[in-house]
Amino acid sequence: MPDVTFRISTGSAEQNEEKTYRVPVAEGWVVLDAVHYIQAHEAPDLAVRWNCKAAKCGSCSAEVNGKPKLMCKTRLDDFADGEEIVVYPLKTFPRIKDLVTDVSWNYEVAKKIKPFTPAKDTKWSMDQRDMDRVQEFRKCIECFLCQDVCHVLRNHDKKPEFAGPRSFVRIANLEMHPLDTASRLDFLKNEGGLGYCNITKCCTEVCPEDIHITDNAIIPLKERLVDEYYDPIAKLFKVFSGK
Amino acid sequence: MANSPRTMEKSGFGATQRTDAWWLQPVATAAGLGAFVVYSTLRAFENNFYTVGPYLSPFYSPLIDIGMGISPALLILWAPAGFRTTCYYYRKAYYRAFFRDPAACAVGESNEHKYCGETKFPFILQNLHRFMFYVAVIFIFILWHDAYKAFFFEDGVGMGVGTIVMILNATFLSGYTFGCHSFRHLIGGKRDTFQDGNASHGCWMGASKLNAKHMNWAWLSLFWVGFTDFYVRSVASGLFSDFRIF
Ligand code: SF4
Ligand code: SF4
Ligand code: FES
Ligand code: FES
Repeated sequence: MPDVTFRISTGSAEQNEEKTYRVPVAEGWVVLDAVHYIQAHEAPDLAVRWNCKAAKCGSCSAEVNGKPKLMCKTRLDDFADGEEIVVYPLKTFPRIKDLVTDVSWNYEVAKKIKPFTPAKDTKWSMDQRDMDRVQEFRKCIECFLCQDVCHVLRNHDKKPEFAGPRSFVRIANLEMHPLDTASRLDFLKNEGGLGYCNITKCCTEVCPEDIHITDNAIIPLKERLVDEYYDPIAKLFKVFSGK
Repeated sequence: MANSPRTMEKSGFGATQRTDAWWLQPVATAAGLGAFVVYSTLRAFENNFYTVGPYLSPFYSPLIDIGMGISPALLILWAPAGFRTTCYYYRKAYYRAFFRDPAACAVGESNEHKYCGETKFPFILQNLHRFMFYVAVIFIFILWHDAYKAFFFEDGVGMGVGTIVMILNATFLSGYTFGCHSFRHLIGGKRDTFQDGNASHGCWMGASKLNAKHMNWAWLSLFWVGFTDFYVRSVASGLFSDFRIF
């Protein structure tokens, strides 16, 4: 296979420098292989975060030719012959060094979400159909590519007011759980800022786990907020049925 | 975000490192939606050529003729227009194509514009989409009734190409309407468990199937409703005549 040119963003929080490398690639390589090659042969101090190289740990998130991707899941044969490959770190989070960013904000948000709360006398028997629905959300590998691409965070920097798609997936998993008794609707409407999402689906487009974030998590949660806050008929029904 | 390479890059509308044709989808969407809006507006104001033989244009159904030169289309089109405007799919489509918020993923937006998403007027009204869905269901019944009437010609029962066009119109609009996210929620999605709701689970699964292709149904039904009107208009105005199958 012919050599491929890689342009890699290096530097710190305050300074960005692009460095170019020619890499002799082999059949079946992914972007992370090339980054490892560069680390091994040309730039031993190049910082990159990775663990599994199997698209399962969510560590190697980056932006490849402008698109948020897992480096270990981005095959080189998906690029045109002779195409230069540009690798940047996630741009929505502060850079620590080179391709490594500080994504701790996402864990801070997760702490604010009420955890799974079963009733005291729960029987612990569940219907498979109910589990089938929430199983999709449990595939999340916390790569934060969805948080990176979401324009509410990326372009409008609404970090304090908007929890982001990854958090909505977590909340959908809990809210739709048949044995959970807590409500997170108030958090969603206020602190979590679900209303800022304009369902433009970039989160869904980039999710490496193919979670239908917008259709199966966000929109159903929006509809639950409508039940609770915007639908006068549902409100009346609740008053009369006592539910 | 401070402290990221993004702050050191160019920003503003269209700023991106993407190398693919990210602009193609918003441009195609804007062209498709724009063409439909122009055509349907012209037709709504035309107030002519909307019925011929057993066929009635969906832009004019139900036909409420109050005279005074007011087009019957103007009295009813608010309903399908409101349904589509608040539809979760079309919201995505026009927020991207017309508001460029964002035009495409990981592509810059105009600098310094205030963003409130759907938290403030007017977009907070999108939360009322389910009420437009209720109205849309009434229209589905009416359009199926129109399709049924399209079998009854002056000389008895028959079938023309127009009959098929009208049946397909009602079919595509049903596929679009019953794949609605609000319907999917109301019919079963709102439950936390299906343990005591077999029927509800079945309905939810059905709605979910349609919903997975909601965008395709949205475009197909939009195109076909326009085509149905075009067909009726063409036959009514003598541009071409309807072909009778039997
Ligand atoms: S659909 Fe909503 S959460 Fe997902 S990227 Fe778009 S604005 Fe963000
Ligand atoms: S929802 Fe998808 S994109 Fe978002 S963090 Fe989880 S796996 Fe990554
Ligand atoms: S290294 Fe684990 S997801 Fe890429
Ligand atoms: S979501 Fe598209 S019609 Fe309701």
